[in-house]
Amino acid sequence: MLKKVLFILAAIITLVSAYIVFFVAPVPIEPTEAAGDPNNFKIFYFHLPIAISAYLSFAIVFVSSILYLRSKKQKWDIIGLSAAEVGVIFAFLTLATGSLWAKSAWGDYWVTWDVRLNTSLILFLIYLSYLMVRQAVEEPEKRARLSAVFGIIGFVSVPISFLSVRFVTQKMHPCVVPPCAGSEGGGIGGVVLVYLILNFTAYFLLAISLMLLKIDNEQLKEKINEVKRQKNL
Amino acid sequence: MKFLEIARKDLKAEFRTKQMLNSMMIFALLVIVIFYFAFGNEASIFIQGINKKIVDLLAPGMLWIAFTFAGMLGLSRSFAGEKEEGCLEGLKLCPVDRSDIYNGKVLSNAVLMLLMEMTTIPIFVVLFSYDIKNIPGLLLVIILGTSGFIFVGTLLSALTVNTRTREILLPVILFPVLFPLIQLAVSATASMLASGAISEITGELQILIVYDVIFFIIAQMVFEYTIED
Repeated sequence: MLKKVLFILAAIITLVSAYIVFFVAPVPIEPTEAAGDPNNFKIFYFHLPIAISAYLSFAIVFVSSILYLRSKKQKWDIIGLSAAEVGVIFAFLTLATGSLWAKSAWGDYWVTWDVRLNTSLILFLIYLSYLMVRQAVEEPEKRARLSAVFGIIGFVSVPISFLSVRFVTQKMHPCVVPPCAGSEGGGIGGVVLVYLILNFTAYFLLAISLMLLKIDNEQLKEKINEVKRQKNL
Repeated sequence: MKFLEIARKDLKAEFRTKQMLNSMMIFALLVIVIFYFAFGNEASIFIQGINKKIVDLLAPGMLWIAFTFAGMLGLSRSFAGEKEEGCLEGLKLCPVDRSDIYNGKVLSNAVLMLLMEMTTIPIFVVLFSYDIKNIPGLLLVIILGTSGFIFVGTLLSALTVNTRTREILLPVILFPVLFPLIQLAVSATASMLASGAISEITGELQILIVYDVIFFIIAQMVFEYTIED
């Protein structure tokens, strides 16, 4: 029951915030200062929440991997898998929306050697290979164990990727959300912030709903396997 | 110091046949030769007002492509060899800590890979008539880069050894984790080849060391789960 309410809430808020982004939300940049079409700023309203949701999903993978190795309880494995799948989708969407925005604002789909771009790409690839690990092992216990190990290694490598990419980099991607080193940030405030928070709520709820659905799905799969084992099918 | 025994066993077995070492060395040589035929040593390109030899731009990446691809060969055999005749079970029955098995494997893999690298660089220098500016600096970068590669690679090699598609899976899951390492190593190698001042690459060296330390510690903690039954 609680889940259904959550799903419906997620659906409504996502739709409402999409409507607001396209028809209501302001563009806080003077048309003369904007790079490219000033309306491209609107991508920001969902680009950032999607990216943060992806990062959160990956953090969930990390935590549930550790908990799995400690307790060997299957539920942590299922949570890790669900979070990883949702995270990969969101990470891909981050890259896609980011590329569209970059084409409009900077003139290219991809700007080589930008920190955030490359870190997001690496993140996406790491969790793709997490899913590859899962695919390569059949026994559930072993699959859970090996993918948990990889979930830990993968997550740890992310901050190092960020550090290393920053090294050989000029910065294209702005630091929008304070605190920003050196500058004031991209001037997010007032009504823009309100809509941004609305979008954050929408995409967090969406990510959580998807994860819960996936968890249910996996648990049902387990039950079916159980029944099959009992009946020797 | 039990891990020294395990490393000694691995190296002894390896030097009896030299199977792995030979294929790694020849593979690295072939990579360099392919680059040699593709880019030659005379071709040059006009960049930012300066006429640059193509080899100067490509050399660091070329070296690390040869190192990582050849190193991958060694890594994929490192635990796969133990699968035959139930050697892995024997190893696990040894009265040593699980992390000693890992450390022993790390040591033997590192020795093989460094040997391969030390033969590849002279060949590279000869083929491209290249002049390395700072050889001790380059060695330092190579040692740091190789240890990171081996720390992560040995762990993931143990992880993939029990999977169905281990030969393909290892590179697929290893490269994403290696990106920062390869990138730092290439950038540091470029400075060592071209200008040679060690002070230019302190930043890269610091992050390389951080990478090595972090993954070494993580591997000590999670290795036992990769080979447990």
